[in-house]
Amino acid sequence: MAILGALNPILTVGWDGGAAWRLQDYVKRGGYKALGRIFEERISPDQLIGEIKKSGLRGRGGAGFPTGLKWSFMPKDFKDGKYIVCNTDEGEPGTFKDRDILRGNPHAVIEGMVIAAYAVGAARGYNYIHGEIWDIYKRFEEALDEARAAGFVGKNILGSGFDFELFAHHGYGAYICGEESALLESIEGKKGQPRFKPPFPASVGLYGKPTTINNTETFAAVPFVLNMGAEAYLEAGKPNNAGTKLFSVSGHVNRPGNYEIPLGTPFPVLLEMAGGMRGGRKLKACIPGGSSAPVLPAEVIMACTMDYDAIGKAGSMLGSGAVIVMDETTCMVKALERLSYFYHEESCGQCTPCREGTGWLYAIVHRIEHGAGRPEDLDLLRGITANIMGRTVCALGDAASMPVQGFLKHFRDEFEYHIENGKCLVPPEVQRAGSTFFKATV
Amino acid sequence: MLDIEIDGKQVQVPPGSTIMDAARAVGAYIPHFCYHKKLSIAANCRMCLVQVEKAPKPLPACATPVTNGMKVFTHSELAVAAQKGVMEFLLINHPLDCPICDQGGECQLQDLAVGYGGTASRFREAKHVVMHKDVGPLISMREMSRCIHCTRCVRFGQEIAGVMELGMANRNVHSEIQTFVGRSVDSELSGNMIDLCPVGALTSKPFRYLARSWELSRRKSVSPHDSLGTNLTVQVKNDRVLRVLPRENEEINECWISDKDRFSYEALNSEERLQKPMIRVDGALREVEWNVALDYLAHALKDIARDHGAESIAALASPHSTAEELYLMRKIVRGMGSGNVDFRPRRRDFSSDGKRAGTPWLGMRIAEIGELDAAVVVGSFLRKDHPLFAQRLRQVAKKGGKISVISVSGDDSLIDLSAQITVAPRNLAGALAGVVKAAAALRGAAVPAGLEAVEPCEQAKAIAGSLAEGGKKAIFLGNVAEQVEQAGQLHALGAELARLTGASLGFIGEAANSVGGYVADALPTDGLDARQMFVQARRAYLLMGVEAEFDCANPQEAVAALRQADLVVMMTPFRSAAAMEYADVLLPLAAFAETSGTYISAEGRVQSVNGVCRPRGDARPGWKVLRVLGNVLALPGFEYASSEEVRDEFIPAGASFVENLDNGIALPLAPVAPAPAGGLERIADVPIYFADALARRAPALRRTRDAAEPVAYLHPATFERLALDAEARVRVRQGQGEAVLAARADAKVPPDCVRVAAAHAATAALGEMFGSINVERA
Repeated sequence: MAILGALNPILTVGWDGGAAWRLQDYVKRGGYKALGRIFEERISPDQLIGEIKKSGLRGRGGAGFPTGLKWSFMPKDFKDGKYIVCNTDEGEPGTFKDRDILRGNPHAVIEGMVIAAYAVGAARGYNYIHGEIWDIYKRFEEALDEARAAGFVGKNILGSGFDFELFAHHGYGAYICGEESALLESIEGKKGQPRFKPPFPASVGLYGKPTTINNTETFAAVPFVLNMGAEAYLEAGKPNNAGTKLFSVSGHVNRPGNYEIPLGTPFPVLLEMAGGMRGGRKLKACIPGGSSAPVLPAEVIMACTMDYDAIGKAGSMLGSGAVIVMDETTCMVKALERLSYFYHEESCGQCTPCREGTGWLYAIVHRIEHGAGRPEDLDLLRGITANIMGRTVCALGDAASMPVQGFLKHFRDEFEYHIENGKCLVPPEVQRAGSTFFKATV
Repeated sequence: MLDIEIDGKQVQVPPGSTIMDAARAVGAYIPHFCYHKKLSIAANCRMCLVQVEKAPKPLPACATPVTNGMKVFTHSELAVAAQKGVMEFLLINHPLDCPICDQGGECQLQDLAVGYGGTASRFREAKHVVMHKDVGPLISMREMSRCIHCTRCVRFGQEIAGVMELGMANRNVHSEIQTFVGRSVDSELSGNMIDLCPVGALTSKPFRYLARSWELSRRKSVSPHDSLGTNLTVQVKNDRVLRVLPRENEEINECWISDKDRFSYEALNSEERLQKPMIRVDGALREVEWNVALDYLAHALKDIARDHGAESIAALASPHSTAEELYLMRKIVRGMGSGNVDFRPRRRDFSSDGKRAGTPWLGMRIAEIGELDAAVVVGSFLRKDHPLFAQRLRQVAKKGGKISVISVSGDDSLIDLSAQITVAPRNLAGALAGVVKAAAALRGAAVPAGLEAVEPCEQAKAIAGSLAEGGKKAIFLGNVAEQVEQAGQLHALGAELARLTGASLGFIGEAANSVGGYVADALPTDGLDARQMFVQARRAYLLMGVEAEFDCANPQEAVAALRQADLVVMMTPFRSAAAMEYADVLLPLAAFAETSGTYISAEGRVQSVNGVCRPRGDARPGWKVLRVLGNVLALPGFEYASSEEVRDEFIPAGASFVENLDNGIALPLAPVAPAPAGGLERIADVPIYFADALARRAPALRRTRDAAEPVAYLHPATFERLALDAEARVRVRQGQGEAVLAARADAKVPPDCVRVAAAHAATAALGEMFGSINVERA
């Protein structure tokens, strides 16, 4: 999927579906200007971090942590090698923006990483790219070669005396490796399992050294923030929700794909950009921030603007910006079954509540979907999620629990109907009518 | 110091402490599974979740660092709810088959489930099943569905044993503890994983289904094997030892024991136990009563002393004997007028006898090893000779200490070494001399006399450099260093290196009483040493715990001397085909755990133990046998009523450590390599499970990789020169004896050497452990 639409774009300006990704194209669009200016004007790392802080740029990977603040956590006087890591292990169901960034504009990520490395004093960096997108990995390697040849990466960058080596690292498809500390383990050649925090990566990260990890889109935004100025970037969005963001719209819309819109854009506008509901059907529900975000019913999401605060207030999360749209043909029990299976399958198995709990959740939802639900199941599901949430090593336990809680909160009646009647509230023929997958297989 | 309040109790803890540490300090118990004080923090079981004031969610006590003014509630409603929630998760896929589980009664999950588990389960789905695994003779992994994935076993391998024998494969509930495909779990420390496993997933294979934990009496003992003085709990039921577990002693073995200590008890119930005294009548051995045997023996000894002189009697004891046995053996032989007593059967060079300043020992307390900044180990198959000693050095290396090894084989000690020199046995002294000379150069001292011709190699300079820096340093001489022809020189060179660098010199010591034998003075006095008593064949031999074909430096020579003798007396817990052939009197001795006695460990620690079960058959404790023999021989001073009375005669009553420990030596330095005697040079390791009579009869240990048939390991160049291939077998010959063995090229063997294990039936016909040997294609 490519970028299908944009509103006041910043990141995607000049993208043409992939052809204009090369260094020369990027430079033509003003690429590496920010980096050059830093060295020309001798902007100090502190000034740089201050500028990013001022811009209000927040992490685009899901948690929305302020980027400048994260950079400032890196110990300044640590001299024994620090790392910059880019997280392109985009595994959250519904999310497919980072691959398009690397396909359409890989040099923005490289430039962003070099700038970040300069800001935090890192000499080495890795871009961890997930296993399923080999062609994107190769493209990033190619872009890296170009950048290295042009002196944007490597020794004495642009004659500044600043050295920074950047490498691509290919993952093998485990969702958990998108969790930053599991990702570090994976780069180190170990089994991808999250580490207990504290210590956080900024003090003990890759190979035990201070490490800053950001999402691909965050790094890609950095050059633009510096080029347009912190204030202009801040104003491009709305207060506390600066700038624009890519949204991966999937599900029952006419034009699923990536869209860049300023944060704070109303959801109906985004839905309209994505071509509206497929077949003109009625919107039933929407998961606004990737599969771990609690689902929101139509009336709630339609009243939301797409930004961290509004979605949070509505009881969900903006997350990575993966908007999963579901129409009236969707059986919510089946939808949850699919999600629960994912989290069960992708739990790393390290800590007890997640390893055991995710399997239990899936087993129960699976049973309900297949007509063997019990009246006490819904309370049991809620009880299990309560025992998982906040008690695991990493956030996967929460990610597995929140969909369950969201679905039960807004669509409890469908679950109850299933348990009582042993079948879907949405008749099978209606479900089939709405399913492209079913049409494709029959 | 940080202030913390736990359940209302104030305590101060040093910075860096966790809540778990602080809770231990105030005596508050926090339930846990994955946490273990000797392992890294995993924080994966989540059982230790506690409530911390101002924290939005419960935090794992094992991994949460204490901050100043922190308030912790370990049993608040929130904490207990979290702990119960975790327990529910742990139990949903756990089989709950406690009645048929070997861990039942000593299971942490079972214990904690009483406090934190529900009365009925909310889980009504199918339980997950994990396939069983066969991981060798020591550990049973039959019921892996019981595993709660705490990864203690994995971390033990990575952090303590130095080899990751087990790992957790797969994701989610399909996570499984397993080995690399087809591997067994039997490194020299593997058995500790059984203790670490909080559930019935890893259980002891030899102990399985023999008894319930509550049926066993737990009795204190000390390991009779290596020189560490490992503290043991021996578990006994109906006068049979059914299990051996570590008894925690932070100053000695911490909470670990080696597999040899753990599993060799099986030999106590061996078919080969000698149950009645035997004497040779008309060429055949016959079972007799004790009084008959002792009378016969006393008369025979007296006759020989009368006819040929007392000096025609020699006694050789195993260093695994108790100190009391060693002492009484010496007393009897000396009482009869002979000075031919020794307890060092694998020693070849006795040039340091009479030149030592005191009792040779480790040179420091065992617990001090952890404080070392640098150490060099000379002449040792460290990992297999001294598993827990190696473990301590491994931790030193992990903390950045510099450990070096100078030895006769490049075996992987699983220690991150800073330097390593591997040389042929005859060059061992030369290699150490290089380090001495380099150390002298670093200090600007004069070249020590005798070392003028020595040329230090780069590695020798590196080792000298590591010892030249400040801090606490040590030089350790291992078993090989005491067994080679230049043992005296190695001692003297070690002492010189210690003098030059300020390091301490120590002997690791081969056996449980390697120090004790010196303290009991079981040494030649104007008589023949362990080697000379066979070179100059005697008329009568008293062997205590020694199986000459396995335990002597030159079994060929020893067995030949025994065969020609008029009288060979074996005091031993075991019978063997060889003994049945050359022995004239066999006296059944009580084995380990059946006799009281004292072991004096490498650090000079005196540890007396009681017998914990009745000896097999008519076997009797060695000290009693020797005491009565003394009476029958009408020797004065044999009126002891207990082994303690014997002990108090040569160790001051109540002493925890012996005195006069001193590794000083007055021997001029002359590290000249002996001229090659033609052929290749043999390197004889004593395989870990053949090192003593007990270990070599333990069935489970006999099935481990370490107990495999001996193989002739040749340097690759030699292997090529002999035109050998992977299938090839070689005939190795020393003197009159030979053995046909499989051959393998091994780059860890120095050039022109062949490594052929000693102490094994397949190689018992060979001669000198470190002598010349001929190798040809078989």
